[in-house]
Amino acid sequence: MPVMTYRDALNAALREEMARDPDVFLMGEEVGVYQGAYKVSRGLLEEFGPNRIVDTPITELGFAGVGVGAAMVGLRPIIEFMTWNFALLAIDQIINTAAKIRYMSGGQVGCPIVFRGPAGAALQLGAQHSQCFEAMYAHIPGLKVIMPATPADAKGLLKSAIRDDNPVVFMEGEMLYNTKGEVPEGEHIVPIGKAEVKRAGEHVSLICYSKTVASCLKAAEQLEAEGVSAEVLDLRTIRPLDLEALFTSVSKTHRAVIAEEGWYFAGAGAQVVDELQQGIFDELDAPILRVTGADVPMPYNKYLEKAAKTSPERIVAAARKVLYLE
Amino acid sequence: MATKVLMEALSPTMEEGRLVEWKKQEGDAVAAGEVLAEVETDKAVMDLTARAAGVLLKHAIAAGTTVPVGQVVGVIGSKGEDIAALLGGGAPKPSVPVAAAPAAALPVKPAAPAAAPVAGPPAVSAAAVAPAAAPVDGRVKASPLARKIAAEKGLDLARLQGSGPEGRIVVRDLEGAGAVAAIPAAGAVSAAPGSLTGFTDTPLSQLRKTIAKRLTQSIGPIPTFYLTAEVDMERVAEAREALNARAEAEKKPKVSFNDIVIKATALALMQHPACNAWWQEDRIRYWHDVHVSMAVAIEDGLITPVIRHADRKSLREIGAESKELAGRARERRLAPEEYTGGTFSVSNLGMFEIDQFTAVINPPEAGILAIGSIVAKPVAEGDKVVIRRRMRVTMSCDHRVIDGATGAAFLKTLKQMLENPLALVW
Repeated sequence: MPVMTYRDALNAALREEMARDPDVFLMGEEVGVYQGAYKVSRGLLEEFGPNRIVDTPITELGFAGVGVGAAMVGLRPIIEFMTWNFALLAIDQIINTAAKIRYMSGGQVGCPIVFRGPAGAALQLGAQHSQCFEAMYAHIPGLKVIMPATPADAKGLLKSAIRDDNPVVFMEGEMLYNTKGEVPEGEHIVPIGKAEVKRAGEHVSLICYSKTVASCLKAAEQLEAEGVSAEVLDLRTIRPLDLEALFTSVSKTHRAVIAEEGWYFAGAGAQVVDELQQGIFDELDAPILRVTGADVPMPYNKYLEKAAKTSPERIVAAARKVLYLE
Repeated sequence: MATKVLMEALSPTMEEGRLVEWKKQEGDAVAAGEVLAEVETDKAVMDLTARAAGVLLKHAIAAGTTVPVGQVVGVIGSKGEDIAALLGGGAPKPSVPVAAAPAAALPVKPAAPAAAPVAGPPAVSAAAVAPAAAPVDGRVKASPLARKIAAEKGLDLARLQGSGPEGRIVVRDLEGAGAVAAIPAAGAVSAAPGSLTGFTDTPLSQLRKTIAKRLTQSIGPIPTFYLTAEVDMERVAEAREALNARAEAEKKPKVSFNDIVIKATALALMQHPACNAWWQEDRIRYWHDVHVSMAVAIEDGLITPVIRHADRKSLREIGAESKELAGRARERRLAPEEYTGGTFSVSNLGMFEIDQFTAVINPPEAGILAIGSIVAKPVAEGDKVVIRRRMRVTMSCDHRVIDGATGAAFLKTLKQMLENPLALVW
């Protein structure tokens, strides 16, 4: 199986889906001539031409709206936000139009659109450019929210997102673009709404998505050295949540820690906790703990930023706590 | 990881046990459920079984030693394992302050890849069992999973010491708790036996409440009165001789007078269900079936094995069963369910040539029959004096349940049955 970067896996998904379906097109800032701020659309302008790889002005609300309109009349737009921080300007189109139009037209008009781009903090980009908004979008009925952690999942889930007949929020990780992994060639589809056990274990479930998957895998290694067998469950999709996978894992381990990058209050992990306590209350041997980003605007200072982020060390500490080891 | 073998509560009321004999020696391999030792409880000699598989590494106490329930009597583990730490304490510690315990002190074992999956993390301490630790605020803190498993296994969480924050009982605290925390079966039996069904609870009427209160004030916790009848046993004796002659020819067990009295009592109770009842403080429980408790004298005391459904059993069945139960009772080998759950008692001192006596009620049962010896004596039959074999029967009645006329009616039926023993097979 070929090994490729997360970036190239996304590129392969775009290329394959655009070749498969002439209704698919990509639009956003710097996606064409510059080949994407993170080079996800490398080579696509050359291959598919300016009608399908569309550079836009710095007008998030405008090009998001153009995308929604195109989707309403039958095309399958992919709207790239340079980062999800900038999509704050376009949120009215995403929430008030894309997410609502099928409902408000009584099912007559659909909106098969993908909004994608990097989410979360990278390194020292400051408070305004280091944010996680998955909980905000997952809050909205009518939106699906996907956050792949590996190159293979990035490819398989982006293909599923493009083929989905409803609006999909697809959040990538800036720090993940250069990570490498095996990616199946050609038709590799990962279904939306399916979590995956990235590492099997017996004693505690580490529930994660996107960048925290790597943190949890590291934490699991540290825990193994202490004789604790941790299971790493990658949600992959925030909405819809894979309740079956969650219940199966935690019914086995009876203890859970949820690791997320975003803020504590009403984060996506809070929803997971609620589903677990409602669904399998009697299986729990300890309160479910969440490891989140610090409840502050992301500091610019390197050391403060590091301290504010979710880390393997904090995940290990939470796991020890739910195991009553400290 | 090594597992402590604890002195378990093998009878409902057991507080300490004497280890009679080790059935497994140090170094023997044991499977979970195998008998490790014989333990004499306050009522019987019972088997102490292994709760874990492995090698019996240590006899912590010698045969013949009496120790309280919950004390370590041995250790099961893997060969060569260091168990010094486990044996340090002896009796279980009253509490395990985990928050204060340095994590490094916990016996953390690296996960063995080949090891079978374990239910909990390997890094757990042995079950800490307290002799019924009463939570300060009256509420037992336990994780949902611990509550679920305790309910499934019939463990009383109030008898366990939690190792989690603020004493929370978590699943590791249940491991090895076994019978130590088992909800006492006898408590259940005297209140509402799980194994016994078929009764009608009747709430107390005001009249019944007043009778109960006034009579208790007058005479004691169980206001007892006594009814005595003299039964002509001539025909029973003839029938028994005929039956036993036959039994002897067939080499079958013989039938005793006591067996016949038990059978007649059971049949009479079916006709007088008001006497087949338990006093339950706020109500009277009328049993639909008859289970006769039979007082058996044993060394240093007595015990009452129960003949269940005595009304439905043949004399021969009752004879065989009573003989077998009495034999095991004397050897102290009765299981708790074999001496609890009776609905009415029979006590017989006839073999000691006692003419008549009053027996003490075995609560919550409401009545007991005291059977005297069968004596040949002159009685008037019409205007003639004849010699007849006679037996005096005295019934003790709990007046809160049974009134004089009710008990008398039962006793009359019993007398008629014994004087006309064909009624036993009718």
